[in-house]
Parts: sequence; C-alpha cells; structure tokens
Amino acid sequence: MTASIRIQAEPFDAAGETAVLTRGRAEIGAVVAFTGLCRDEGGRLAALELEHYPGMAEAEIGRIAEEAQTRWPLLGLTIIHRFGRIRPGEEIVLVLAASAHRQAAFEAASFLMDYLKTHAPFWKREHLKDGTVGAWVEAKEADDRAAERWR
Amino acid sequence: MKLVYFAWVRERVGKTDEQVALPEGIETVADLVRWLKGRGEEYEYAFENEGIVRAAVDHVHVKPDARIAGAQEVAFFPPMTGG
Repeated sequence: MTASIRIQAEPFDAAGETAVLTRGRAEIGAVVAFTGLCRDEGGRLAALELEHYPGMAEAEIGRIAEEAQTRWPLLGLTIIHRFGRIRPGEEIVLVLAASAHRQAAFEAASFLMDYLKTHAPFWKREHLKDGTVGAWVEAKEADDRAAERWR
Repeated sequence: MKLVYFAWVRERVGKTDEQVALPEGIETVADLVRWLKGRGEEYEYAFENEGIVRAAVDHVHVKPDARIAGAQEVAFFPPMTGG
C-alpha cells in the first residue's frame, strides 16, 4: 500500500478525498477521517501562517506514514498538510486511515496526528484581527506526551 | 555545507539559509551550534536557550551529538507546531 502524501497551500475536500481512497476498494471496512481546523481563538485571530521545510516535510511525513503501516494493517492512507495563510474555519490538515476493521483505523489516525504535530516540520504564527503579527505558536508539552505514549 | 533556518530561529539569525565552510574540529551538531554562537550576537540570540532549538541533517531529525561529516544540509528550527 502506498500512502498518498501532499503538502499544499490549497484547501482540500475531505469527503472527496475519502471517496478517492475507498473507490473500488471493497476490502476496506473502516475509514477514520481527522480534519484539523484553524480556530479563531475567541475571535482574536485573523489567520494562521504556516511555515514549513520543503523537502523535509514530505520526507518526515513519509517516514511517519511508514511507521504507521508497520504498526497497523492499513489498506489506505491519505495525509494532506497545508501551508501558507489559513483563516479561522479553514482546514489545516487531513488524515484518512483505512483498514478492514475500525480499531486499526482509529489508532493509526490518532498516532499519525500525534506524530505530525510533534515531528512534521511546520510552524504556526498568529496574525491578529487588529492587524498585528502575533507570536509564533509555542509547542505544547501535552502534544509531546501524546506522542510519547506510542513509544 | 548549507545551513537553513526556520520560524523564529530564521528571524533571529536574520537569514533563511547560508553556505558555510567549517573549520577543523566541528564534528557534531553541538559543535556546529557552538561555532555559530561565536559568529555574532544574532546567532547567540537564536541559540540562547540550549536544548530548545532542534536540528535536522539532510531532512532527518537528529540529536546534538549527531555527526555532520558529509552532510549536504543542516537545518535549525524551533519545536514543531504543525497539525
């Protein structure tokens, strides 16, 4: 199985991606879809700016996807991560994990998101409604702990 | 060797990338950081908190003791906040 991995500025269509992943694949019994969205942070945020490391982003997500495939019997995997300016309500990241049964799909999607957050080379900066450029978002210890539990 | 910087490390250093010729004795990522910090206050500022800035050698995450001999590209960046 080859994972479909895309790093792009453009929005994506989660339902359309799910249809592409499952079309003609009657052996798939479960697809877990996770979509990460840009929050408005209580109305304060105008947009998030996502910087990434071209080349390494694809390579690292590829390694994370391979790790997921060694741990769970996956039948399909789609990972899309956007970069650039993303406004509240827009999608940032998509993970689709397909398997014969639900448990592998749920666990793989959860693992993939925990690792994307802590290992994929992306950095968020806030642009605020008052026109100022806010701070770079700080990494959360809770995210590190979430990734640690898969060790 | 090419060095690349991202997010606030890039802003503090004041450039996105640069080519450097390393002197003898710079063998690990930690050696490279020490050498960079001696090049000016912008590097001193970028690397002021030891252990915060992460590194990658040729697109692979590494620890400070990783050897850099033969590397094409070394990257420095803050802890990641994607997803």
